[in-house]
Amino acid sequence: MERPYLKIDHVSKTFQRGGAVSEVLKDVSLVINKGEYVSVIGHSGCGKSTLLNMVSGLLPVTSGAILLEDREVNSPGPDRAVVFQNHSLLPWLSVYDNVKLAVDKVFSRTRSRTERHEWTMHNLELVQMAHAKDKRPAEISGGMKQRVGLARALSMEPKVLLLDEPFGALDALTRAHLQDSVMQIHASLGNTVIMITHDVDEAVLLSDRIVMLTNGPAAHVGEVLDVGLGRPRKRLELVSNTQYIKAREGVLKFLYERHRFVEAA
Amino acid sequence: MSLPLFKNDEPLVKPAAQVLSLPARVQARKFMFAPILRKIATAVVPPLVTVIALLLIWQILCDKPGATLPAPTVVWKEAKDLIIDPFFVYGTQDVGLGWRVLVSLERVAIGFGLAAVAGILVGSLIGQSDWAMRGLDPVFQVLRTVPPLAWLPISLAAFRDSSPSAIFVIFITSIWPIIINTAVGIRNIPMDYRNVAAVLRLNAFEFFYRIMIPSAAPYIFTGLRIGIGLAWLAIVAAEMLTGGVGIGFFIWDAWNSSRLPDIVVALVYIGLVGFVLDRVVGFLGNLATRGTAAS
Repeated sequence: MERPYLKIDHVSKTFQRGGAVSEVLKDVSLVINKGEYVSVIGHSGCGKSTLLNMVSGLLPVTSGAILLEDREVNSPGPDRAVVFQNHSLLPWLSVYDNVKLAVDKVFSRTRSRTERHEWTMHNLELVQMAHAKDKRPAEISGGMKQRVGLARALSMEPKVLLLDEPFGALDALTRAHLQDSVMQIHASLGNTVIMITHDVDEAVLLSDRIVMLTNGPAAHVGEVLDVGLGRPRKRLELVSNTQYIKAREGVLKFLYERHRFVEAA
Repeated sequence: MSLPLFKNDEPLVKPAAQVLSLPARVQARKFMFAPILRKIATAVVPPLVTVIALLLIWQILCDKPGATLPAPTVVWKEAKDLIIDPFFVYGTQDVGLGWRVLVSLERVAIGFGLAAVAGILVGSLIGQSDWAMRGLDPVFQVLRTVPPLAWLPISLAAFRDSSPSAIFVIFITSIWPIIINTAVGIRNIPMDYRNVAAVLRLNAFEFFYRIMIPSAAPYIFTGLRIGIGLAWLAIVAAEMLTGGVGIGFFIWDAWNSSRLPDIVVALVYIGLVGFVLDRVVGFLGNLATRGTAAS
């Protein structure tokens, strides 16, 4: 058996505010292999983002442990780069400088100045944003900002790429465009990816496995679905693919039959 | 009347369909000046009218024999040298108001510069650390209400010299709004930026100048702008008491030798310089915060 790359081992998370204790996640276990694309799906408020924030190290785990290559994760670091939902680019820096900041920080010792410049440009080209390198984030569209956020994360050469609902705030056409870009990049670089999403089609289209969380409080892994579709995947061809339809049905059934979100009405 | 109008209309109609761009360009160039002139006029004329009206009222009120204050015409007649030539030098104590303003500005520059550096650092600390906030904020809230001149005796006792005392008064007056606004700006740094910094593992120094300062810049400049205004208020008062060549002492000196017209001219100088200082800091703030404002 392959040695686990990223292991989420019986992780629980409780938040305390004043006297009130709320248990968000309970006993979540998950093993992710190198190069795998895993989506975490669940109704809003179930703790998807909390899970991701714990993997990134931005939130401490209450109990259990997260191990990346057998080393415990307990603080944020560039080996677990995050693409945030609202891009989180620094508005006072140009597109180029936003990526360069990450490159300079991560490779300050290992690469020369020209190498860092080339690496920054390489990552901007990867997301097709090299043309806008001198623009400020306020001057580019939402989809473009998300591309730059992706370039910034990729440029750190992370062991795990964490995507926190990266396309959630985008319109459908832009979203499809970016999904294709992410698929291409994943195909060529073979990143290990964890993506939080609430979009069933997105999860099935992009992932190797889909982790479905039950409704909170005390959410846990309800089901893990193997998508079982070969790559490269083509959006249009998949529409009539029986395996795709089956996977989609599985996720929908989980979300809307067995774990209906009661409060959403 | 109707005939020439008709004649003018006719050639306008005919070529309109044939040549469109060329006449339009010529027209555009001609009209370029009108909006600019109008803009200048709308900006300049109303305050000009106000000033003239005020001068007129002042003239009418103070033109009577036995008036306690000099009328504008008297000011012009008696303090003409001060108005016309700000940079004359007749002796060590008899110099133009321009020189005096420069001396005062130098003190403000030192005091305010120190206050800006210290204020931003202390404000960052208070904004960043809850314990610094709890410990320092109550003390600062009390100290900031102390009037500038109340600090003067203490600083005179401490420094035993008038010039550093005046600078200290500037410093202590202008630092509070800088500290408080910087702290608010730091507290308002979006969580997203902090997360980015955490993922990149920026160290404290990098976090300070890469994230904190640019993100809090709009707040910092608000503090600086209030601070420079207070500093200019305080310098005049401080110099009245400490002496020297500054504009504040000039007023006190003029009062002691009953030169009321000179005081009037000095007040105008002080007002104009204060206005310019405020605008300069505001302009620098606009330059520095272009990025953060538009996010």
